[in-house]
Amino acid sequence: MRASSILSVLAAAALLAACGKKPAPEQPAPEPPAPAHEEAPPPPPPAVNDDAERMKREAEARAKALREELGDMIHFEFDKADIRASDQTILDRKAAILAANSAVRVQIAGHCDERGSDEYNLALGNRRAASAKRYLAGKGVAEGRLDVVSYGKERPLDPGHTEDAWARNRRDEFAITAGGENLTAPK
Amino acid sequence: MSLHRFAFLAAAVALLPLSAEAQDTTHVEGGVRVGITYNPGARPGLVVIPGTGIDSVRAIVKRDLDFSDRFEMIAIADPGSSPGGDAPGGPLNYGLYKALGAEFAVELLSDGDKVTARLHDVGRSTLAQEQSVGLPPPTDANFRLAVHVLSDEIARWATGAPGIAATRILLVQNGRIWLMDSDGLLVRALTPDGQTSLSPAWSPDGRRMAFTRLVQGRGGVFLSTLSTGETTQLAGTETALNITPMFAPDGNHLAFAHSDEKGTDIFVATLGERSVQRLTAGRFADNLSPTYSPDGRRIAFISTRAGPPQLYVMGADGTDQEVLAPFDFGVTGPSYAPEWSPDGGSVVFHREVSGTPQIFVLTVAGQKLRQLTSQGRNEDATWAPDGRHLCFVSDRSGARQLWVIDAETGRVRQLSTPGWARLPAWSRRLAGPAVVPPKP
Repeated sequence: MRASSILSVLAAAALLAACGKKPAPEQPAPEPPAPAHEEAPPPPPPAVNDDAERMKREAEARAKALREELGDMIHFEFDKADIRASDQTILDRKAAILAANSAVRVQIAGHCDERGSDEYNLALGNRRAASAKRYLAGKGVAEGRLDVVSYGKERPLDPGHTEDAWARNRRDEFAITAGGENLTAPK
Repeated sequence: MSLHRFAFLAAAVALLPLSAEAQDTTHVEGGVRVGITYNPGARPGLVVIPGTGIDSVRAIVKRDLDFSDRFEMIAIADPGSSPGGDAPGGPLNYGLYKALGAEFAVELLSDGDKVTARLHDVGRSTLAQEQSVGLPPPTDANFRLAVHVLSDEIARWATGAPGIAATRILLVQNGRIWLMDSDGLLVRALTPDGQTSLSPAWSPDGRRMAFTRLVQGRGGVFLSTLSTGETTQLAGTETALNITPMFAPDGNHLAFAHSDEKGTDIFVATLGERSVQRLTAGRFADNLSPTYSPDGRRIAFISTRAGPPQLYVMGADGTDQEVLAPFDFGVTGPSYAPEWSPDGGSVVFHREVSGTPQIFVLTVAGQKLRQLTSQGRNEDATWAPDGRHLCFVSDRSGARQLWVIDAETGRVRQLSTPGWARLPAWSRRLAGPAVVPPKP
């Protein structure tokens, strides 16, 4: 369930490591190869302010990790829209991030597995999205920052017809629709 | 005429006890047939007399009469070039038709730019009905519908009730709504490629359709005039998700389900006005898929108020909401997609049986439930105007395709589409058969 956030942490770590290995700016830049075309501009010189550069990259990595946490999906039991206990921590984390970043707006999209009628699943997906919105609103997120949409069973993540595929497809997806550029980590 | 009607009714009544078992089959028991002796449970035998010219008309009429499931279609060898055969206008061979077990013989003659249809009463060796109609050329877009109208009239002569050939079916394929002839020929796409349109519903006059267009997880209800393609959004469906539109029989009201953060509820819009009236108020429950009784006084619908979706009914003003199809909580499978029958006596819907959806018909008075299908997954049934045929979605062939079942004999046939078909809606009769006074 938390695979994406673990991935994002790993990605952030990799980014930081890359920053550390960056060649020192004192070293002379290697001679650029002869330009293939007259009009090709020379590459810009490397950034001079190491600290500012590193802080900027760290902030970006942190924001990226927070964005990914906001995007973590939650899942549902068959024909249910109740928030599972195991998914409450995911939503609690989103509520904390949203509390620390008041400019962020999120769209919650409910999805269903292939069972049940096409039309009923649109209503069920709506109920699943609304369920997450109610939970987040209950944690203090202003309702106006949360949009609810439903795709029913029109957009399965997994096209399979197994219990595993159905479980993956019964989900809420969370998309940042505004204010996701600079995110502050919650205290 | 009246005798035929009586015979047909007697046959229909006699079929009822059989039909409960004879479900969902491509093979129909013909009953015992000895010459022209009438046997309860057997459909009247009918032969379409071979001839030359107007082959396309004859082929369509033959198939339409077969698809009406009201006749035992009797094949007769085409005399072709054999001299002295049943050439158009040639001598009729009542003796031969009798020997084959036919009660009716249909004769189609080309007569200049007209086609003459004749129904012969084989038992009495007489011409029973005759009509000449002007048909558009086969290249004309209205040609097939005009022939279908003729087929339905022939069926009416023989049985007292018109056929269902002059009807069309709306369906969804790859996100587009398509128009299909009742015999399976795709006419054209009605909505553009690249959009997701769902839930087409006919206006009672057959000139318009209502449907849902999904855009990025939201959806509005739209109204489209079939002849021009002119499409407008229904006022009151601009926000959130608006699904499962259904016309009231008066053609002036449209019921639909509106989904927002409080759940899904049924509303009714008066066309031409901006106001909508709310009919259900299920907080955090879903109420959807409204379908009007033909008298416009009641609406059957699906609700999750007690848990899984089940079939309910209410007054058209939202009063007196109650369970329509009885269910045992935790035992009965979820139920979906009701459609009230044209005669008002039944509601068709699909319900999961051991996790597999099957088509059920509920008798409204007495709440008798009958399972119509058993092969594969069967969903989203829609009534033909004769109240005995239903079109539904089935995966029995491996892909989700449209099928038609005759609820009285259980005979099924496939309406093939190149893509995955779903959400069919069967029209009323699109062009009423011409009124022809019976011959003295």
